[in-house]
Amino acid sequence: MNINIVGRYRLWFSISAVLMMLGLFGFSYNYLVRGKLMNFGIDFTGGTEITLRFDEKASIGNHIGEVRGVLTRFTLKDNVIQLTGEKDLTIRTEPLESDTRSRIIGELQKQFGGVELLEADTIGPVIGKELRTQAFWALLLATLGILIYVSFRFQFKYAVAATIALWHDAFITIGLVALLWKSVDVAFIAAILTILGYSINDTIVIFDRIRENLLKPVKGVVDFEAVTNLSVTQTMARSINTVLTVLFVNVCLFVFGGVTLKDFAFVLLIGFTLGTYSSIFIASPLLVLMEKNFGKQKVRRAR
Amino acid sequence: MGDSIIKIKVLGLILLVAVSIFIYYKIPLTKGLDIQGGTRLVLQAEDSATVSVGEESISGVVAVVRNRIDALGVTEPTIQKKGDKQVIVELPGVKDPDHAIKILGETALMEFVEAEWAPADEKLLTAEKIKALYGENARLAKVEDEKNGAATSERLIVLKTTVLTGADLKGAWPGVDQYGNPVVDIEFNSKGAGTFANVTERNVGRPIAIILDKKVISAPSVREPIPSGKAQISGGFTTQQMRDLVVQLRGGALPVPVKIVETKIVGPTLGKDSLDKSKFAGLIGIIAIVIFMVAYYRLPGFLADISLLVYFFLTIAVLCLLRTTLTLPGIAGFLLSIGMAVDANIIIFERLKEELQAGKNLRMAVDTSFHRAFTAILDSNVTTLIAAATLFWLGTGTIKGFAVTLSVGIIISMFTAIVITKFLMDLMIDWKLAEDEKSPLLYRGFGK
Repeated sequence: MNINIVGRYRLWFSISAVLMMLGLFGFSYNYLVRGKLMNFGIDFTGGTEITLRFDEKASIGNHIGEVRGVLTRFTLKDNVIQLTGEKDLTIRTEPLESDTRSRIIGELQKQFGGVELLEADTIGPVIGKELRTQAFWALLLATLGILIYVSFRFQFKYAVAATIALWHDAFITIGLVALLWKSVDVAFIAAILTILGYSINDTIVIFDRIRENLLKPVKGVVDFEAVTNLSVTQTMARSINTVLTVLFVNVCLFVFGGVTLKDFAFVLLIGFTLGTYSSIFIASPLLVLMEKNFGKQKVRRAR
Repeated sequence: MGDSIIKIKVLGLILLVAVSIFIYYKIPLTKGLDIQGGTRLVLQAEDSATVSVGEESISGVVAVVRNRIDALGVTEPTIQKKGDKQVIVELPGVKDPDHAIKILGETALMEFVEAEWAPADEKLLTAEKIKALYGENARLAKVEDEKNGAATSERLIVLKTTVLTGADLKGAWPGVDQYGNPVVDIEFNSKGAGTFANVTERNVGRPIAIILDKKVISAPSVREPIPSGKAQISGGFTTQQMRDLVVQLRGGALPVPVKIVETKIVGPTLGKDSLDKSKFAGLIGIIAIVIFMVAYYRLPGFLADISLLVYFFLTIAVLCLLRTTLTLPGIAGFLLSIGMAVDANIIIFERLKEELQAGKNLRMAVDTSFHRAFTAILDSNVTTLIAAATLFWLGTGTIKGFAVTLSVGIIISMFTAIVITKFLMDLMIDWKLAEDEKSPLLYRGFGK
């Protein structure tokens, strides 16, 4: 059994291009209609986020307008009110002093009865800016680390192919998150970094097999493209099964997990799936293309 | 393997699990704020007029904050420096976060200033005139007469020179004046008492302004010299204000002012809720993995599940030993690492399938597959570790927990998936559990 995956690279690249276009569409739509590229949370923008649990009887879902009315009395900017559960409401607004926050909660208590504070976060704008810089450096550093390690263990062009596939995964994931208007916070950055670290595993397994197959010739497999195709086919089951077990956990966290972990698991779900896809359909064809255009390597003269 | 060696190894394995469970009960994991509820503050020190933020002043801030927290009676707080300007304070289970925020955020610089009541034609006084009349440091301020925290009237006062500060105090205690109003009793240290005696002697009939964080809280007139170094501060306090002031005076003033740049308050309900949900989600996920491994890889899959069980206990024990704080992202990291832990075994078993198809006998095939799969396992795990290390560096609080559990998990999974699974597979061969390469206990679709 030998499927010609590498040869159909135009098809795979087109599929990825479509996914990237979706992301780009998401960015432009958000920017033009909503005024910002992504749904940045207070981790990035600075602000206060309060999550409150209301009494069952208050049926808060039908009274969001009144909550907005209370906020208006405090003349706050950038208010977003969102229902995060049957009885739970999340209010996002400008950074508040702690006594303003208690006064707002007090007002809501007066109007709706039993209100319980589940969580309240205030982040100054300075911290948000710090995080943006830090996130940028972290993404750069992680990619660089992986690039160097793979160059060292394999060759530079393997590293380049793997890194491009990684950025492919990260970009599409970020794009889809933008399109779906999911909240972007520290956990999101952590998710993207985890995707970078984990998605490369399948690529490594395939490359490892290419490295091995180059050393011991297989009958009828003569050029680099054929070796790559063979390696991808040989490792297909493990590429899928390894990610499958991690996805089990992810799906469970997404379905049963608390609010905090739901979005996190969702991002990982997209990223890990893409990671396996890109190992097979992006990284491997890329490696062959690079070999064809820049490589001098002959089969059987490995490493 | 010889019989006695097998026995020793099996015993060792059981011992490993037993010790892990023992450690878990002996050194329980501390629950993070997001799970047990509590308040997390990030204080950022700012340059004052006289002191700029540096190593020394930040250490001072940490010390003062610790004193105040101790006085508040919070159990197991954590106070740590972050960068050159920030201090992170975590207060688990605090009932009234706003109160804690207020107490910690104030500088609480108390000053005793020689003063004079402003003359009646106060409206005509300019800053220059005051300097000419009362000296270079003199400035005008307001004194508000307060009753139970509300201002009733105000007068103008001319502040001349600061003679003593909160640093000269030996102690502060809650007290009441002769009318039963809350006051703070203070006592100066010996040097402060000497200065205070001199100051009161030369200011009989004039007020001494007591200033807290640039605000005049009272300006009692000196009736007679006070040589004892003891005094009473009455500022129309509420009982709560009086108690807070005592806490702050005992803790000392912050060497530089701080701004609270980040607060996180987690109510106790949310944390418990999230923990229960994550545990449930994790349990279902683990069951799915265990079933999948047996269904797909049969007996080897079952052996991998046993390794996974060892992995589970071992990782928790190591996290306990590292004194890791259990946070929600940490739990997510641990659960993900369980999914990743079987990866190495999947790589090995797929390889085993190939080796068997190539016609090797069972023992040789097992040895080769473990040997051949090693580079792929190592390289893929190192890249994940690189990303986890970067995360650790980026780490704000909870995300650090995720990076730690993920890294620890990856490293231990290499051990359990390679060493322990290999041992179990050897046992499988020795005990003839799987007769030969055609055994139905090995793989579906084998031997074709």
